[in-house]
Amino acid sequence: MNAFLQHLIPLVIAVIAAMIWLGLNALVWVYCERKFAGHIQRRPGPFEVGPHGILQPLIDGLKLMGKQLLTPDNADAVLYWLAPLLSMIPVMLLYMPIPYGPILTGMEVNLGLLLILAFSSFSALAVILAGWSSNNKWGLLGAARAVSQTVAYEIPLLLTVLAISFMTGTLNLTEITNLQAGYIWNWYIFKQPLAFLIFLVAMFGETNRAPFDLAEAESELTAGFHTEYSAMGFGLFFLAEYGYMVVMCSVCSVLFLGGYHGPFPGVDGWWWMILKTFALLSFMIWARWTFPRVRFDQLLNINWKWLLPLATFNLLATALIMKL
Amino acid sequence: MGKFKENVIQPILDCWSLIVGLKITGKYFCKPLITVHYPREVLDDENLRTYGGHVELIGKSKDPAMPKCISCMMCVTNCPSKCLTVVKSKPPKPTAAEEAAMKAAEEAGEKVAKPKAPKNPAKFIYDYSLCSLCGTCIENCPAKSLRFSNDIYWVATSRKEMKLDLLARLKAQATELSAPVHKTEAVAAAAEKEA
Repeated sequence: MNAFLQHLIPLVIAVIAAMIWLGLNALVWVYCERKFAGHIQRRPGPFEVGPHGILQPLIDGLKLMGKQLLTPDNADAVLYWLAPLLSMIPVMLLYMPIPYGPILTGMEVNLGLLLILAFSSFSALAVILAGWSSNNKWGLLGAARAVSQTVAYEIPLLLTVLAISFMTGTLNLTEITNLQAGYIWNWYIFKQPLAFLIFLVAMFGETNRAPFDLAEAESELTAGFHTEYSAMGFGLFFLAEYGYMVVMCSVCSVLFLGGYHGPFPGVDGWWWMILKTFALLSFMIWARWTFPRVRFDQLLNINWKWLLPLATFNLLATALIMKL
Repeated sequence: MGKFKENVIQPILDCWSLIVGLKITGKYFCKPLITVHYPREVLDDENLRTYGGHVELIGKSKDPAMPKCISCMMCVTNCPSKCLTVVKSKPPKPTAAEEAAMKAAEEAGEKVAKPKAPKNPAKFIYDYSLCSLCGTCIENCPAKSLRFSNDIYWVATSRKEMKLDLLARLKAQATELSAPVHKTEAVAAAAEKEA
């Protein structure tokens, strides 16, 4: 019993911390994204609520919570309400194995990388359920597109991650981080530059972010899979999207940018992890407000004709070099 | 070899355009904002000169309170949205003495010149809620009596308020001209009062 509690209590604390971290990130990055977008377009962004509009995301959250929850006629109500929950809940779990610091890791698991990849696929399932159960043709089309997109982009993502674990011989994220300790040239971005690029592109596809946000296209599908969702139903999808973004950026900085290790020995710490993650997040936002949304066939062409062969080549080359 | 270049080399080279795009947005990110925080900040008149707001009348150079308009109705006939209403002036009613004199002259067989109506309109009503700002009235005005105003800060809460008496507006403008108050200063003063 005692041993059970010993494992349970840190886990509960970690889950609560992950929830807080997720909520804070969503609040901050919704605001940052709007500010970034504003500055790129040379306008102020949110400005009226609080100094420089800093309370805007809070007020938006309140508004979303205050609105009525509607279920469309003839919708499959159970699946319809399961979908936003299903998109939200696994995100909490995704934060568990990410090492923010030597002791700042929610859950030390040997299969951390596998866990993240397995559970991040839940977002696709949530999108499919949402689109399917909405009794709305645009929702259904959005869901169909989401399937072909996430399934496609999962493959190069897995192949690049596999190349990293070939090099390190482990799926434990803390171990992968520790192998990159020391000077900056130990980071895997210099040993696997092609894998980093592929991961970066696939990351956009996996998180349904522009320019690859084909599942939610307001011009072609009115909104996409969440056309019918009101209030917090939509809010949860929205929150989950930011959650996935943060997770993907964290994983990217662990795999390629040395995690909590600084560019030279002696300056390690969780702030490096936060800094790298946030830099990647900023890059995602920057890219979103720069590139136009790609067409669907272009999206699939990029994946099947470019990313997949390149990732395969990278994997084979890594395997060959590791064997030699 | 041509196909290889077209299908493989060229797409890789094209990826440079992504960097160019990021460079452009990055540059704009660092530039100062150009949006005006409206209630706290207003544009000066210099920057409003190119703004085409609602239609307004132009006064005569000698008498700025009197429009150049000759009530020819060209603007009304050409307006596609029927937002202009012009009422011509009626000839002045002769007094009793004048009438008697005219009658006497007529009886004597002389040609009598009846008093003519003045050319300026009696009423010039403009409904901004209908106007599409096409400028057809301005193009068709033979007396060049119409123009777009620079009035950017006009708002109203009902359709009724969107109906403007352009003659009254011209008169107000003429009196304002004789006692000029800087527009931005006035707005700033009003904002200060509110605060």
